[in-house]
Amino acid sequence: MSATAPDETPRVAERPNYLNTGYGVKSWLLTIDHKRIAILYLIGVTFFFAIGGLYAAAIRLELLTPAGDVFQSETYNKLFTTHGVMMVFFFMIPGIPGVLGNFLIPLMIGAKDVAFPRLNLLSWYLYIIGGLLALWATVHGGVDTGWTFYTPYSTVYSNGWVVVTGVGVFISGFSSILTGLNFLVTLHTMRAPGMGWTRMPLFCWSMYATAIIQILGTPVIAITLLLLVAERVFHLGVFDPAQGGDPVLFQHLFWFYSHPAVYIMILPAMGVISELVTAFARKPIFGYKFIAASSVAIATLSFLVWGHHMFVSGQSVYAGLVFSILSFMVGVPSAIKVFNWTATLYKGSVSYQTPLLYAIGFIGLFTFGGLTGLMLAALGLDIHVHDTYFIVAHFHYIMVGGTIMAYLGGLHYWWPKISGRLYPEYWSRVSAWVIFIGFNLTFFPQFIVGYLGMPRRYHAYPEEFQVLNVMSTAGASILGIGYVIPLVYFAWSMRYGKRAADNPWGATGLEWETPSPPPTENFAVTPTVTGRPYDYLTGREEAAAG
Amino acid sequence: MGAHAAAHAGGHDSPPELRHHFVDLPAQREASTLGMWAFLVTEVLFFGGMFTAYVIYRATYRTAFEGASNLLDIKLGAFNTAVLIMSSLTMALAVWASSLGRKNLIILFLILTILLGGIFLGVKVIEYKQKFEHHEVPGPHFVVPLNEKTHQPLPPQSEMFFSLYFCMTGLHALHMIIGIGLLTWLIVKARRGAFTTRYNTPVDMVGLYWHFVDVVWIFLFPLLYLLGRHTL
Amino acid sequence: MSSGNSQAHSHSGIGAYLGVFAALMVLTALTVWAAFQHLGVWNTPVALAIAVSKALMVAWIFMHLRDSPKLTLFVVFASILWLAFLILITASDYLTRSWLPIYAS
Repeated sequence: MSATAPDETPRVAERPNYLNTGYGVKSWLLTIDHKRIAILYLIGVTFFFAIGGLYAAAIRLELLTPAGDVFQSETYNKLFTTHGVMMVFFFMIPGIPGVLGNFLIPLMIGAKDVAFPRLNLLSWYLYIIGGLLALWATVHGGVDTGWTFYTPYSTVYSNGWVVVTGVGVFISGFSSILTGLNFLVTLHTMRAPGMGWTRMPLFCWSMYATAIIQILGTPVIAITLLLLVAERVFHLGVFDPAQGGDPVLFQHLFWFYSHPAVYIMILPAMGVISELVTAFARKPIFGYKFIAASSVAIATLSFLVWGHHMFVSGQSVYAGLVFSILSFMVGVPSAIKVFNWTATLYKGSVSYQTPLLYAIGFIGLFTFGGLTGLMLAALGLDIHVHDTYFIVAHFHYIMVGGTIMAYLGGLHYWWPKISGRLYPEYWSRVSAWVIFIGFNLTFFPQFIVGYLGMPRRYHAYPEEFQVLNVMSTAGASILGIGYVIPLVYFAWSMRYGKRAADNPWGATGLEWETPSPPPTENFAVTPTVTGRPYDYLTGREEAAAG
Repeated sequence: MGAHAAAHAGGHDSPPELRHHFVDLPAQREASTLGMWAFLVTEVLFFGGMFTAYVIYRATYRTAFEGASNLLDIKLGAFNTAVLIMSSLTMALAVWASSLGRKNLIILFLILTILLGGIFLGVKVIEYKQKFEHHEVPGPHFVVPLNEKTHQPLPPQSEMFFSLYFCMTGLHALHMIIGIGLLTWLIVKARRGAFTTRYNTPVDMVGLYWHFVDVVWIFLFPLLYLLGRHTL
Repeated sequence: MSSGNSQAHSHSGIGAYLGVFAALMVLTALTVWAAFQHLGVWNTPVALAIAVSKALMVAWIFMHLRDSPKLTLFVVFASILWLAFLILITASDYLTRSWLPIYAS
């Protein structure tokens, strides 16, 4: 178990920390403390996740029966569009960077804050404004184009809420850009003395790679959405065939960002997993340099594969071939990470606490989702399963089985640091298992039903697919319950949880050398870093030390 | 905040421009500079999306684009190019003056830059107005223009050229307006004596932004105004 | 480590700024003149080459890349490389569609 007692006496924990310096709404809404901004993001992403989840529930409700008998098809189109927009742009993209990235990066590198704290707060406001705009559009009628906004449907034929939604996503995109910019500069210029690049925690490496993608990719979808809105409002015809425009050009511009975007969603999660496996195996991470390098490799290669979303669009077959082989290649660095995490756990002093349960779940489910991704990289197979539930299952395995599990694992791992409290271990394990079971029951049947030919984005389907769909909906209900339980006990723990020690896990890392919760300025004295990261004693060294 | 005051107990010996989370002014400057360059990278990709659309459509509709391009006023375009280059010079001189803390010179060069930027925007207003009058604005009122030389109607995809023209120069003009706003803010700060030999980072950063906007125009001018002249 | 204090920028000096200004004006006149010449397929490459030269001068002298740390140069290079990815790979789709006879161009 942990080397230090997890509890802390109440008297000591009343000392000033970032949570109790300054009360009142203004002190939170005008904060420039990265830790408070992280909490603001936590509230925001939880809110939008709940909305996206409600829409998912509506979708699964409709799909209980083969007939389209709960919603009209136009309404159903709005359901999956809103689910996608809310989840992708207002939960997945801002999620781990906004919450864990903001909270941890300065702490992990021994800094007092990020490079541009006021810009950080602006990022949060842009995110919220963008999200609320998109929500406004949803409430007032909703968009039915799919989260991909393909033209000319979105620019000519669908309803006008595309404009408001597009503007909302555009604004939120700037939040992502500024966050990436902030993290990039912070990691380059504010590491503590002695912390060279090869002593930096792997979570920071993955956030660095994520920042590269945010900076280079997001502007392209920003201009694409701007052109979409301009086309809609001013009847420009940039993507409308009737005026000489090319819808495939829209797809090129859209996916140039939206493929790397999925790596914005997974790289921070991978960084979390790196931290979790080393902490709970109490062993230095296997292949630190390979994991760090693979993060940067993923960030770079991710920009060269977007055409695999367009194999059936009319894109050149030769371009398709090149995109296909590059898509196979981009799987390699991810696989390297999986090997290294497994090797870290191997012969480690493994402690199966809740964060590690999530990490192990991630490794298995991400591998599964990733392998199906390789299947999709194959041109021939992709054409067969394009726009079926096979695709839906593939990306949910990665985004939900991967990213969300890592997010929850990280939330549990750093919760004592963030809140100064311990969550209840029993209920945390219960919810981890409920989530794992619910997830697999929801999405595994979708691989089968998709391969058999059930299309996505349809609210009716042939009778023979019903059993699998019922399983999927049942799983979704279980998954939903699994997500509610942590919401309850995390909130509960803020008031009634046992107070946490500075380092309840006995883990390495500068963030554990501050009090739980940390004071506003993080470190009274800037630490100096010596020695390698993840400097756990191996068994032999421990024995030799007596 | 109590903790903050405690950290600075024993007198405030750090310069007023130093933000508390930076170790010293050079570190702050390094971060600001890297941050501004990273932002300019995003701008490259932001404009880049439209340049991509331009490349594809120009290759596809070559005659339409060449013909439509010749309808732009090359004198105004060249004049504006010269004006913008001049404004880059005055901006560079403003940065130079700020590195020496010479307040009056800083303000002079900033005002000149704003004036030149204003002239640029004024010319753009004139150009846009001409387009409206000639029904060259894409949309329901667009009328396919006539080729300058042959006086035959251009291909209908000439409308696409104008769509890109307005989007690209419009976005560029918006960046100029924002730049003028930033320059005004700099003047206000300069008048308060904010820029000294020790600290001129804001002027330097706005300078980078302004020069970037100039670089965008350096590419917009030939691509939009010059590409079809050889057919005349 | 630090990119130099404000004094570093006076290394560029007014002379360099005026020189670049003059060169930019000359190149602008040149590109306008060249646009009217019948150079066949070379019209566009010439115009782009002149534009690139102008941009490089602005970046090198006005934007102080000459005095900047290597990281800045790398960042600038990365942006151009990524723009190249965007334009060239997208264009490669359109350029290679006609290679397979089933697509009418």
